[in-house]
Amino acid sequence: MDTALDKSIVNIDEMVLNMGPQHPSTHGVLRLKLHTDGEVVSKIEPIIGYLHRCFEKHCEYLSYEQIVPFTDRCDYLASMHMDHAYSIAVEKLLDIELPERVEYIRVIVAELQRIASHLVAIGTFGLDVGAITPFTWTIRDRERVLDLFEALCGARLLYNYIWPGGVSHDLSPKFIQRTHEFLDYFETQILEYNELLTGNKIFIERTADVGVMPADVAINFGVTGPSLRGSGVDYDLRKTQPYSIYDKFDFNVPVGEGTMGTIGDCWDRYWVRMVEMEESIKIIRQAMASLPNGDVHAAMPKKIRPAKGDVYSRYESARGDVGIFIQSNGKNVPLRLKMRSPAFCNLSVLSEIGEGWMISDVITILGSLDIVLGEIDR
Amino acid sequence: MDLNKIFDSVSSIDGVELNPETNLIAVPSASLLAVADKFKNNINLEFDFLMCITALDNGDSKNFTIAYNFHSNKHNHSIEIRVSVADGEDVPSLSSIWKTADWHEREAFDMMGIKFTGHPELKRILLPEDWEGFPLRKNYEVADYYHGVPIPKDKSYWE
Amino acid sequence: MTSIVKSIIDSFQSFPIDPFLLAVLAILIPGIIIFLIMAVNALIAVYFERKVSAFMQDRLGPMEVGIFGFKGGKKFWGGIGQTFADAIKLLAKEDIIPNDADKFLMVLAPFIIFTGAFLTFIGLPMSDSLVISNFNIGIFYIIAMSSVGVIGIILAGWSSNNKWSLYGAMRAAAQMISYEIPIALSLILVVLVSGHLDIYGIVQWQSENRWFILHSPFAALGFVIYFVSVVAETNRTPFDIPEAESELVAGWMTEYSGFRWALFFLSEYANMLIVAFVASIVFLGGWLSPLQLIDLPFFDIPDSWMFLDGTIFGIFWLFIKAVILIFCMMWFRWTFPRLRVDQLMYVCWKIFIPFALANVILISIWELIF
Repeated sequence: MDTALDKSIVNIDEMVLNMGPQHPSTHGVLRLKLHTDGEVVSKIEPIIGYLHRCFEKHCEYLSYEQIVPFTDRCDYLASMHMDHAYSIAVEKLLDIELPERVEYIRVIVAELQRIASHLVAIGTFGLDVGAITPFTWTIRDRERVLDLFEALCGARLLYNYIWPGGVSHDLSPKFIQRTHEFLDYFETQILEYNELLTGNKIFIERTADVGVMPADVAINFGVTGPSLRGSGVDYDLRKTQPYSIYDKFDFNVPVGEGTMGTIGDCWDRYWVRMVEMEESIKIIRQAMASLPNGDVHAAMPKKIRPAKGDVYSRYESARGDVGIFIQSNGKNVPLRLKMRSPAFCNLSVLSEIGEGWMISDVITILGSLDIVLGEIDR
Repeated sequence: MDLNKIFDSVSSIDGVELNPETNLIAVPSASLLAVADKFKNNINLEFDFLMCITALDNGDSKNFTIAYNFHSNKHNHSIEIRVSVADGEDVPSLSSIWKTADWHEREAFDMMGIKFTGHPELKRILLPEDWEGFPLRKNYEVADYYHGVPIPKDKSYWE
Repeated sequence: MTSIVKSIIDSFQSFPIDPFLLAVLAILIPGIIIFLIMAVNALIAVYFERKVSAFMQDRLGPMEVGIFGFKGGKKFWGGIGQTFADAIKLLAKEDIIPNDADKFLMVLAPFIIFTGAFLTFIGLPMSDSLVISNFNIGIFYIIAMSSVGVIGIILAGWSSNNKWSLYGAMRAAAQMISYEIPIALSLILVVLVSGHLDIYGIVQWQSENRWFILHSPFAALGFVIYFVSVVAETNRTPFDIPEAESELVAGWMTEYSGFRWALFFLSEYANMLIVAFVASIVFLGGWLSPLQLIDLPFFDIPDSWMFLDGTIFGIFWLFIKAVILIFCMMWFRWTFPRLRVDQLMYVCWKIFIPFALANVILISIWELIF
């Protein structure tokens, strides 16, 4: 029977555990190689590439209009942001002026998408920690956002809505009213999530002081988005380098303060996402109040053929700082397109802040970083 | 901070040039570490974020350009520098200064085949370890077989 | 207080039957009764849990599967045949044992857990005169037999030859063995006060005085410690670290499929029922009617008030109390996140055990004074 025993179990020094590509908690096809000593993890090695779909190589054969659906599929939980980021980059290359209505619609849609993406992040974070009920509630509320999007452009997850030069469809007459209803309903729901998760003693014990990411480590690893703001760094592209019309709106940027534990722990990152949803509600209300009329297709070019040149444009998506680098050589097909995805850098910090914690904590930390493998692997 | 002022801070380093049309700073790979050090530590520059490392193929897969995008959180300015390398030439790695470079350089190596010296563990990141070839090069030919499974070249029945 | 075994033997006394056959019958019939109780309990408890969890999560739960043509309508009773169908499916499922697993131990483990629960039911009375066997060491026997299940869990995790199952098994071993101490210490309180180890004596004491939970604040504290510790003992959230779904896939049960997994499931719900029964008997008066509480010394109620007492009502009261406690256990599962292993151990050793020990001392002082 000796051959049936795995020798590494009998050797008590160190166990190499494979949290494989298929696992309930790795938020996608991510493989984590854990070197553990008992329950304490001494080394984490993330192995990615299971979802690599050659996005960048495809873009070298597709025209600029055809690339928009492909950007959707990179970060599939926040696809409006991907479309928006790409469209802003192409518009910088083309140097076109957008009608006001298009900008307002884009902001409304982007902030709704931010709410939907954060709902998934919070729900799955609760699921990782063990609270199963908040997940069903957040998904239920996300369904209402997806219903709004379905009425808008026909799709629930991968929208292909924001095109370079405008948006694909104008808002229907009832959209504004339905969005108002949703926002009124959603504000009461946030209070319910707070009851179940934010102030819960067990949840605080599981997440406060766990996975502390000091600000300088975060910046060195290139972490951006709510994960960086949880560490106390006040850095939001919508405020520091406003793109689109974000400078017209009045909203706050929540920054982690170590309320329940140390600054930069999992609780802070979770809390930043909760407050960001409330801020998004503010922005949407302001945008809908001053929505101008106009033709959304007015500035859409017939054929996108930018002049020779390069552009690197940055955008604040639900996960962080999306960078789109386009190199154009005058044709209608880009020469090179690179997407710098925020989750790529967010995941790389896991090997730094996850060491020395227990296996349960590694899952908690991974959940608080909120990664989507689609945009990591592209 | 103004682009010219940023360039003035590093213009003393050997080979650094500013291209006035594209507003990009060209840095030879030998001076890369010196420029990076200046960027990180100079009080007026303080580029604490390395945003993105993009590897570009200049058309014939014999010459490559690497674009580095930096951003400073404190002073709220950004800069992009370009490093030109030939095929087979090595570039010093920035992973000792910014840990962001670790994974980005692995991806540049994986996709374009540019080697970085001084990198802690330069291996493929997105493709399997035993893949052959560098896909984002312009002269990349898809192999015929991978682990005995034929890779279809005739795409007429699905395109 | 005759027991079922004894009554079987007595009733067959008049027939000229071979004593060996009599012994076999006396063992078989109670065994079948207990098995039926466990099976029916699993069927009902699983359906109850799915409905409770669904309503708490703002959904409906199983709604499609009817039973014998009864569909159950649209509102609530829709999926009443669901567990039945699941049970049949599990029995017919393919039984997979991994290649490198220790075959003998893997087959043995579910039976050990099942046996632990089974043996505990023998000493557990359902009412005034319904018990399989009236042990005179009642409580002690129950505590001892419910500890047998731990061995099964450790064997299951070890023999699966899977690192994740091993983690689940090790955590289970630490957790279940540690939490037996607060359980035993809380149950000792009632033994101290009433002076009886056997269950009937305990309930007798409660019918003469008052329900044990109302005896003193220390007894109420004892109930709280006991209840939380049994949630940990039966591996329910917030203490379900050994089978933590989001971390270890299914912990020590990962490699099990089909009927063996059904046995694990059965034993988990049987364990819940056992601890709920013990809590109701020891702390909440067992099969005594709560209407009796109104007849405390400082109320002047005539004796002809109907207490709803008696053997049949006894079963009813016991089950109601147990069901309420089981509902609370299910409620916990869907509300709280789970504790980490070291926090779990901290709660047990540094909070529960000191309090339980202090309880024992303080309740004896209370008894001396009052």
